[in-house]
Amino acid sequence: MTTVLKTEGLNKSYRLGGFINRVKINALDEVNLHIESDAPVIISLVGESGSGKTTLAKVILRLVEPSSGTATIYDQQVAGKGAVPSKHTFLSSIQPIFQNPFEAFSAYRSVDKYLQRTANRINEASAKEAELNIEDALASVGLKYADVKGKYRNQFSGGELQRISIARALIPRPKMIIADEPVSMIDASLRMNIINLFLSLKEDYNTSFLYITHDLATAYYVSDYIAVMYRGTIVEFGNAKSILTSPRHPYTQLLLDSIALTDRKWERKPFAASDIEAKEFQFTGCRFRNRCPLAEDICKHDRPQPIALPDNRDVYCHFVEKTAQKLETTP
Amino acid sequence: MIKLNNLVATYTTERGQVNAVDGINIALPSGKIIGIAGESGCGKSTLLKVIYGDLIYPLALTSGNVEYGFTGDRGTEVTTRDIKEYWFRRISYIPQASMSSLNPVIRIRRQFVDFQGNVVDEAKILAEVREYVRSLDLPAEAIDAYPHQLSGGMRQRIMVAMGTFFKPDIILADEPTTALDVVVQKSILMLLMDIQEQMENTILFVSHDMGVHYQLTHKMLIMYAAKVVEFGDSEDVFSTSLHPYTKMLTDSLPTIGDDHIREGVSGRPPSLWDELVGCRFAARCPLATEICRQQEPALLEHKPGHFSACHHADQV
Repeated sequence: MTTVLKTEGLNKSYRLGGFINRVKINALDEVNLHIESDAPVIISLVGESGSGKTTLAKVILRLVEPSSGTATIYDQQVAGKGAVPSKHTFLSSIQPIFQNPFEAFSAYRSVDKYLQRTANRINEASAKEAELNIEDALASVGLKYADVKGKYRNQFSGGELQRISIARALIPRPKMIIADEPVSMIDASLRMNIINLFLSLKEDYNTSFLYITHDLATAYYVSDYIAVMYRGTIVEFGNAKSILTSPRHPYTQLLLDSIALTDRKWERKPFAASDIEAKEFQFTGCRFRNRCPLAEDICKHDRPQPIALPDNRDVYCHFVEKTAQKLETTP
Repeated sequence: MIKLNNLVATYTTERGQVNAVDGINIALPSGKIIGIAGESGCGKSTLLKVIYGDLIYPLALTSGNVEYGFTGDRGTEVTTRDIKEYWFRRISYIPQASMSSLNPVIRIRRQFVDFQGNVVDEAKILAEVREYVRSLDLPAEAIDAYPHQLSGGMRQRIMVAMGTFFKPDIILADEPTTALDVVVQKSILMLLMDIQEQMENTILFVSHDMGVHYQLTHKMLIMYAAKVVEFGDSEDVFSTSLHPYTKMLTDSLPTIGDDHIREGVSGRPPSLWDELVGCRFAARCPLATEICRQQEPALLEHKPGHFSACHHADQV
């Protein structure tokens, strides 16, 4: 088995505020994820804004140095103490796609220049080989090199641009692509084209994906594994289908209850929303305890440890046996 | 009843003029939540601006007008010509970006007083504001804070409170929850639904999220490339849609617990700069035939109260 993704005790703290009212925010707090697989996998990272999912992606992409702990992707340590991968090996095995395709490309540079650069620098390809690499990568996302060559970003729609940035990421044939909210800027009718593309690239190119999103429905559709994050901590992690059809952490349940579905209307009852985000980062115990219907004294003092359930998941909750009854109300 | 009479709204740009709303002719019932859906660039926000009467260059109303269905101070029917006099009091607007709508350097409570114009008795108004904010179950401290001290969700709730303070007849909401998380979004939409049930005002709610529309709205208006393609009761639009574009919008996204493969739709909306002949959706439509490419379909009432602009509405 190959280690697809492994993080051990990953921490990242940011300091906010001025000299006097300085606060420490643990954007990542003891994040332990471990996935072993020979086949390529799609891992979703979901949570609200401020949950730390983008910070985790940045740590894996070596854009942010973690405060402590390590991260390993495909047996290559990418972050933490002792991680010194050569830029070349790193970039040829891990590639990013970002949220806003219009900001990913400069307005003053034709988009195919980006593709050429990637081919020349990372593949170390000659001009001729680069052409073949680019043609190949663009074909796999359903575009032709002739249609892209010499054009600028304003000549494409958001969906097309996002496909070009996926093609760019594919040129080095990476083992993993980190996609940070890749479809949130794209219209509903075009969104599924990108999502389906992930599935076909996983099959055809053996590429794994780390798909960061707040959209649980597309996460359910594509992913094999899912990690739900809340205020820098993992609350539930494991098999995507079982977590999303029968959530066992109270936060995952709240999240799933809040989605605006098109087949079932909300119950009209009041519920707790959080307005003390910064304070929740300071909590020593469970960070969700303030909004949790099950919270007791133990949640205040002890950080919940992962409890492994038989259907292949870890739940970080002291009262996991009590959350099962919620299953009946979830579709 | 809000009557949109043959609205054409035009943006003037360096390249020339482009119609972002191109001939909308429909009557919207009062006292209902009406959802407006469509992709980016379909003209849904421009339509809201036209209804609000916020017509500043480069946007202009080239033809048509809006009748708002209430009489003004002079006893005459209010139309596009004089709607600006009734801003806040009879018609209000809840924007998407609360941070850029609130003044960052004065407290929220001052802004509640500020937007009302010439205020004589400030203390009395403030007491009313406090009372109103309390009646919405919002924390009273919130209005003593500066905007940056509040979370995005709380700021948006304050915007909802400001927009509804005068119990206006019409509330226009332009993607008020797009930037927010699902849990916060739900709480704000519930607040809006409660307010509407109490005050029975008309809410025009723009969003691209069909799930939100399903939860919230009584009527749905679907737009595509500056035109209305379907209008009807939300239940009908979601269950028995009469336009292939609506069907595509509701069917394309996956749902949790459903493992069907969803197909994306190829192509993209036509550029409004081009000369458009026939049905604007024809190039992407699975039902398109020769007539669709040549003749533009009119918005017709196929079932009582259910309009569709499609030559093949019976086959959808």
